[in-house]
Amino acid sequence: MAAAVLASEPVMYSSSSFVAALTVLVLVPAAGALVLLAMPRTRPDLFKLVALAASTVSAVLAVWVLAEFDAGSAASFQFWQQYEWITGWGVSWQVGVDGLSLFLVVMTALIFPLAIVGVDAEHSPKPYYAWMLVLEAGCLGTFVALDLIMFFVFFEIVLVPMYFLIGGWGHGRRAYAATKFFLFTMFGSALMLVAIVALAFLHSSASGAGVTFDLTAIATNQLLATNTARWLFLAFALAFAVKVPLFPVHTWLPDAHTNAPTAGSVILAAVMLKLGTYGLVRFGLYLFPEASVHFAPLMITLGVIGIIYGAIAAAMQRDLKRLVAYSSVAHLGFIVIGTFALNTEGLTGGVLQMVNHGVSTGALFLLVGMIYERRHTREISELGGLQKPAPLLAAVFMVVMLSSVGLPGLNGFVGELLVLLGAFNAHRWWAVVAAAGVILAAVYLLWAYQRVFHGPASGANAETPDLRWREGLVMAPFLAAIVFMGVYPKPVIDRVEPAVDAIIAHVEDNVAGFAEPVANVQPPVSLEDLARSTGEADHNGAGNGAGEHNGGYGGGAEHGEGDG
Amino acid sequence: MMGALLAQLPVQTPDVDWTGLLPVLLPSAGALVLLMVRSLVPSRVMPAVLDAVWTFAVAVASLVSVVVLWQRDAEVQAFGSQLVMDGMALFVTAVVLGSVALVAPTLPRYCKRVGVASAELCVLILLAAAGAVVMAGAADLIVLFLGLETMSIAAYVMAALNLRRLESLEAGLKYFVLGAFSTAFLLFGIALVYGATGTTSLDEIGRHLDTFILLRDGMLLAGSAMLLVGLGFKVAAAPFHAWAPDTYVGAPTPVTALMASAVKAAGFAALIRVFVEALGTRADDWRPAVFALACATLAVGSVLAAVQSDAKRILAYSSVSHAGFILVGVQAASDSGVAAVLFYLAVYAVIAVGSFTVVAVLSGQRDDRTGLDTLAGLSSRRPALALGLTILLLAQAGVPFTSGFVAKFSVIAAAVEARSYWLAVVAMVSAVVAAFAYLRVVVAMYFRDSGDEAETAAEAPKPAIGLGAGAVIVAAVLFTVALGVVPGVLESLTSTAAGL
Repeated sequence: MAAAVLASEPVMYSSSSFVAALTVLVLVPAAGALVLLAMPRTRPDLFKLVALAASTVSAVLAVWVLAEFDAGSAASFQFWQQYEWITGWGVSWQVGVDGLSLFLVVMTALIFPLAIVGVDAEHSPKPYYAWMLVLEAGCLGTFVALDLIMFFVFFEIVLVPMYFLIGGWGHGRRAYAATKFFLFTMFGSALMLVAIVALAFLHSSASGAGVTFDLTAIATNQLLATNTARWLFLAFALAFAVKVPLFPVHTWLPDAHTNAPTAGSVILAAVMLKLGTYGLVRFGLYLFPEASVHFAPLMITLGVIGIIYGAIAAAMQRDLKRLVAYSSVAHLGFIVIGTFALNTEGLTGGVLQMVNHGVSTGALFLLVGMIYERRHTREISELGGLQKPAPLLAAVFMVVMLSSVGLPGLNGFVGELLVLLGAFNAHRWWAVVAAAGVILAAVYLLWAYQRVFHGPASGANAETPDLRWREGLVMAPFLAAIVFMGVYPKPVIDRVEPAVDAIIAHVEDNVAGFAEPVANVQPPVSLEDLARSTGEADHNGAGNGAGEHNGGYGGGAEHGEGDG
Repeated sequence: MMGALLAQLPVQTPDVDWTGLLPVLLPSAGALVLLMVRSLVPSRVMPAVLDAVWTFAVAVASLVSVVVLWQRDAEVQAFGSQLVMDGMALFVTAVVLGSVALVAPTLPRYCKRVGVASAELCVLILLAAAGAVVMAGAADLIVLFLGLETMSIAAYVMAALNLRRLESLEAGLKYFVLGAFSTAFLLFGIALVYGATGTTSLDEIGRHLDTFILLRDGMLLAGSAMLLVGLGFKVAAAPFHAWAPDTYVGAPTPVTALMASAVKAAGFAALIRVFVEALGTRADDWRPAVFALACATLAVGSVLAAVQSDAKRILAYSSVSHAGFILVGVQAASDSGVAAVLFYLAVYAVIAVGSFTVVAVLSGQRDDRTGLDTLAGLSSRRPALALGLTILLLAQAGVPFTSGFVAKFSVIAAAVEARSYWLAVVAMVSAVVAAFAYLRVVVAMYFRDSGDEAETAAEAPKPAIGLGAGAVIVAAVLFTVALGVVPGVLESLTSTAAGL
């Protein structure tokens, strides 16, 4: 059956002998959770091992997929597979990775074992690790799903394990935070479900074919009326905006992060927020190119508001974890403006930032968790001078924090630079405002670092133990990734860019009068040319031609900004 | 022999397909046999367990007959086509009997603990089931009325069967008075529709409306409005839901489970028969009314569920909100809408029986300890029970990989296909509100503060579950999860039943 569909779908591409890799990748953690559930309660020592084993299998598979991934055809779906699921409704189990999702899958599969090994369950280990594994299966499933219903199912299922992790193992107002998190996200995706079904039915009645939820089939055959597509895009975008979270639907995030257990915060920041940004690219730009262009100014505006608002709010926080949470709002704003810059630089930067933010903020939350474990407080005012008793901890924190700030040579810089380049070409002034956000990030993070680690260490602060071996080993991969992607991002960009180019080309193909906003640079003009052109007033260089195209788009954009 | 005797009689008897009627005959005969045996055999000879065993056996036997009939090619028509055992009737019958079969194993322990007479309860359950089956197969408004009355009267008595509890009597009385009131509406509606079309046969009503254009259709409209009110009462659609919460809470919990599953299924079968099938040509007239009804039911059910502090009452209001979801499928007035309704009915029946069984297990000697505080710390006292209830509640909230998600998906798809986008949106938003109610139960079970939890865990002993109830809960949870992962099986059944 797979072969038959393959023939009718020329974009699909399968490179490897072991095509079931992605399905196994998703199912192994789920199976691990079932194993945990069946285990007797008398062997608590084994729970962590089983969880670690299951997530490590997934991690190894993910690394294998990364190694086998054909960078030359990163724009098409590899390891692609389709099984029938609910035949009567046209729903299938369809998985595949391209350059957009590859690194998200790898990052997810690598962070889970680290979070499992790095943080012990405070109590009731069995359900804790079972929920972690369910969460991993859900996140991985979301990134590899190529069927709209399958995507929705995984996108939604991650709520449940995270709800229980926050509520069961969290701190403070955990029941409140967990419920708020659940309801906010569920509300967003409630409308998306209606939109998905409407999209499939409208598409099927326009194409005359049977109802299908196949992402590529719908995306590559744009049939919907402009207005309809815009409504549907809004419903999708709302679901993703809640998850990202974009201003003004971000209010669940600080509560969830602050009250979640450390591993929960790590996964929430590193992986779950990416479900939203990834969704905006794959199920926003790709499915609704015209609507994405139409609403790009709105989304960019919200992104910029998020950057500035998140930064200011972060600077005002007294709780270290809440500070990092608000910094996420700011960083995710960058990803959104990169995405909706709608050019290669911006979108590549956005995808890179998804991975970078996952690594940096994941590591930051781990470190905050370590500080909390030592000092039993996250109040910045009660911490101070930790550098003296715990120099290693301070050093690691420094590197991670600087990567989050975007210091050149570390991973954050590469992504942010690309995002700002892209945004500058598309929406110059918004890029300028967003760039101010980079400075603000330096302000609140450095200030926090200074208050926590510098100064005299008094009382309990002076007794803070340094990094233990295990903690060091958990942090090492994060540091390696931070430095590697900062110094030599080429292998990553090589795989991301073809996919990004394909999406941008897809948008250009399907939106009349839209051209990728690129740098509007005058070509070097020689003296002879200058002399010749003085007679012909209407002579235009190639660059100006592109500029005209841009002008059309830019005009529409400015209009939209007025609306926003 | 019987046939030969009948042939000698001077009256002409209709040709009746008795095997086709087995799903009706078996429960009625089973009820009568049980009633007779119980009144003749002293109770020390016949232990009370046998009532439930008998009920279970009768339900299973009837289910087998349903399966046999399902595999026949031709649909069964009996009594001059007044009773039709077509795909939809058989499917709803299976839901009704399945609910009975699921409730029966929980009865012995429950009846003993609470002090409810198990023989009477079992007889009434079987009679109600017979009535529900007649409703599902009714092809005539009069037969529909007969089935509805048989079912309802049995249900009124069942609701009041917990004689030690005042609320149970109140539940029975409330149910009876309001039910009788609604029956009057239904009868008046039948009369008006008869007046407008000259027939009570659903088939012929449909044919009549197909063939003739009514110049003055006021009587038909008034009649269908009355029918909608009457049936709306039975399925507890807002604003006719007022009886439901009190009755659900007051009635013995296994009875509540049946009211949420079997009674509701029969009511919706009747709604589909009357509106989608007989009045299908007048869909433009009644669809707006059902649209409004669905919106009101969804909103009232989920909002009021969210503010309750009693688990049983939360489930009662959530049952109202589920009725709203099912109405969304009815409103689509299409074959896929009918398929979605059937799917939802089957899924919800199992979830409802499972959830109410958990409540019944915890409800104590008088079947009245159902507050959220009695659930506090259940996760540490009875982790498996808490997990089971959690799965059932998440299914009700429509979380993926549970049957509840697939059911919601199917009605939403039917509504969207019928271009009722806003109804779909209202339904999904109300699902979020209802989710808050379910999460409150989950919070009570799992996330009470540790000091609090230790306290309650110490004072409250581990509730005894019992083999029967345990098996039912396990079966319900397995069904819910399995159907969430591979819904294709049930989906193809409902498509066939709806004639897709």
